[in-house]
Amino acid sequence: MANKRMIKVLDIDLTNQKVETFRREDLAPYIGGIGVAAKLFAELVHPDKDPLDSAQPIIFANGPMSTIFPVVTKTVAVFRSPLTGEWGESYAGMRLALAMRMSGFQAIVIRGQAARPVYLSISDHGVRFKDASALWGLTVSETGSILRDLEPGRGHRSCIRIGPAGEKGVRFANVNVDTYRHFGRLGLGALFGSKNLKALVVHGERDEIIQDYAKYNKVYKEIYNQAVTTDIMDKYHGLGTAINVNGLNHLNGLPTRNLQQSSFEHAQAISGEAFAEQSLVRKMACAGCPVGCIHIGLHRREFGPGYDYESKNLSYDHELIFALGSFLGMSTQDKIYELIDAVEELGLDAITAGVLLGWITEACQKGIISEEQLGVKPEFDETKPYLEILKIIIQQPNELYQTLARGAFAAAQRYGGHEYAMTLGKTEIAGYHTGYANILGQAIGARHSHLDNAGYSVDQKLKNKTPEEKVAALIKEEKWRNVLNCLTICLFV
Amino acid sequence: MAKILHAKYMAKCIGCYSCMLACARVIKHSFSLTKSAIQIHTAGGLQSRFLADICRGCIDPACARACNCGALLPRSGGGVRFLSDKCMGCQDCVEACVVKTIRFDHESNKPIICIQCGTCTRFCPHQVITMEVKDDGQ
Ligand code: SF4
Ligand code: SF4
Ligand code: SF4
Repeated sequence: MANKRMIKVLDIDLTNQKVETFRREDLAPYIGGIGVAAKLFAELVHPDKDPLDSAQPIIFANGPMSTIFPVVTKTVAVFRSPLTGEWGESYAGMRLALAMRMSGFQAIVIRGQAARPVYLSISDHGVRFKDASALWGLTVSETGSILRDLEPGRGHRSCIRIGPAGEKGVRFANVNVDTYRHFGRLGLGALFGSKNLKALVVHGERDEIIQDYAKYNKVYKEIYNQAVTTDIMDKYHGLGTAINVNGLNHLNGLPTRNLQQSSFEHAQAISGEAFAEQSLVRKMACAGCPVGCIHIGLHRREFGPGYDYESKNLSYDHELIFALGSFLGMSTQDKIYELIDAVEELGLDAITAGVLLGWITEACQKGIISEEQLGVKPEFDETKPYLEILKIIIQQPNELYQTLARGAFAAAQRYGGHEYAMTLGKTEIAGYHTGYANILGQAIGARHSHLDNAGYSVDQKLKNKTPEEKVAALIKEEKWRNVLNCLTICLFV
Repeated sequence: MAKILHAKYMAKCIGCYSCMLACARVIKHSFSLTKSAIQIHTAGGLQSRFLADICRGCIDPACARACNCGALLPRSGGGVRFLSDKCMGCQDCVEACVVKTIRFDHESNKPIICIQCGTCTRFCPHQVITMEVKDDGQ
């Protein structure tokens, strides 16, 4: 609990298959989450070495209030980004923060490189290095179902894993967290792959006695009641983040066709409202969040002649609908689901994948890369060539694909077309084209993320204010969000 | 008649675990979900549906019949009362429970028994679990 003022760090050395735990009182002032992770990263990073060097650390941290207060659901991952070479910071929810809490570790450090594929089984009874050769090459969902059977602790455990993209070192490979959430951005999956690390299963059964029950119970109730009665609850439980699709489109802020346009004529068909009415099948929550903003849609697909169908439950969000939808001119939900399914199974960051495909399409139209090199002809609103390209990016058979596997910025460095490579700080943009505050926020924010400082909301709320006032608001919000991120409170995005 | 815990609307469950946190917090003064008498889990991974492992509030409880130290007593309306002081930790109730919902807490050497207090239902944000009069035998 918060008043213990001590951070328990689990340090895992993959090279020598050794683990150590440290009880660090000195880390307590850093609170937890991003504060603790940043401090550990500063101690352990090798600035002189490549981001994929085996010595580079991966650091996970939750916070003192994780799970035991409503909406405190995130775990942060900090690493040197294989995509940008710079600071890598990413957040994920579902069960990981809970599982870490119950295993008793507030921070997990992973260093070194295993001699052959491994996965780690981490609990309050220690760490096991397990052979993952049979899992290597498998998709994200197959890996998940096998680990589910192999590992104990159903319900309270968390299973995070990479797909083929991470194994093959695609610089924007993600790490899947419990099927429906991700450490999406900045390429943590490539780092897992370079360490021969396929997955982590975290599980714990530790008891933790409440020190001051009466006080805690009172505060918990207050926050719980607020969380379930605010309009956030209605907004995000109702339609989820996809509620933003229509809103942004009306504001002329929905990046469309590689940002050749900022509104989309098919926005209505792929809006949060349309998804909810036509394909939403259930809603889910991260452990400890009464809101439940995760929206799961049913994708039905014919996989063979003779009426052979399969159905799949896929999670959709504003960012996915933007990156794999409007940004690629996708006019139907089915097309978006096809692409979501592909990036999920391969283990790719959806935003970078979509924005990169946008660049590829325009670059091919403008003739700076050729259909021959690509093997297919990409076209907006056509899923087939895109699905093909995503698969080939994993294999990287030629120089073009090797470059594409490094993201849109690297591709534009090599082939030109920077004007239409939609990156800021070498990272592909997020789905809000609201104005200067958003661009400035993403360009110079701590992790080049729209979530750092909510520039998109500054654009809307301070529309008629001076640039100075907007900058001041960005800085203020970024500082405050760092505190929230130390506490690993969900930012509702 | 006294009400008992029901989980009739699991299709609406979002897996937030607020109910487990509430039971562990209020009844056991613990942060740990393992101390909760209600357990939410998936049928097989997060793509499948959520299930609730709860005491079904038997009218003639097998757990109480199996308990020979008088720690578990039938409760009117269904389920049991638990007199923790009398419990010796024999685990006979764990074996006896018809739906195998009783888990044993080795730290305290006592079973984790649902006392049908309804606390968990008050923290379910989507009215998935409810307290209702048992309607069997009709
Ligand atoms: S614990 Fe099991 S046997 Fe006892 S009342 Fe509940 S369901 Fe029935
Ligand atoms: S009714 Fe009371 S004892 Fe039973 S599961 Fe709910 S909170 Fe726990
Ligand atoms: S509180 Fe309700 S919605 Fe949340 S896990 Fe429990 S039963 Fe499901």
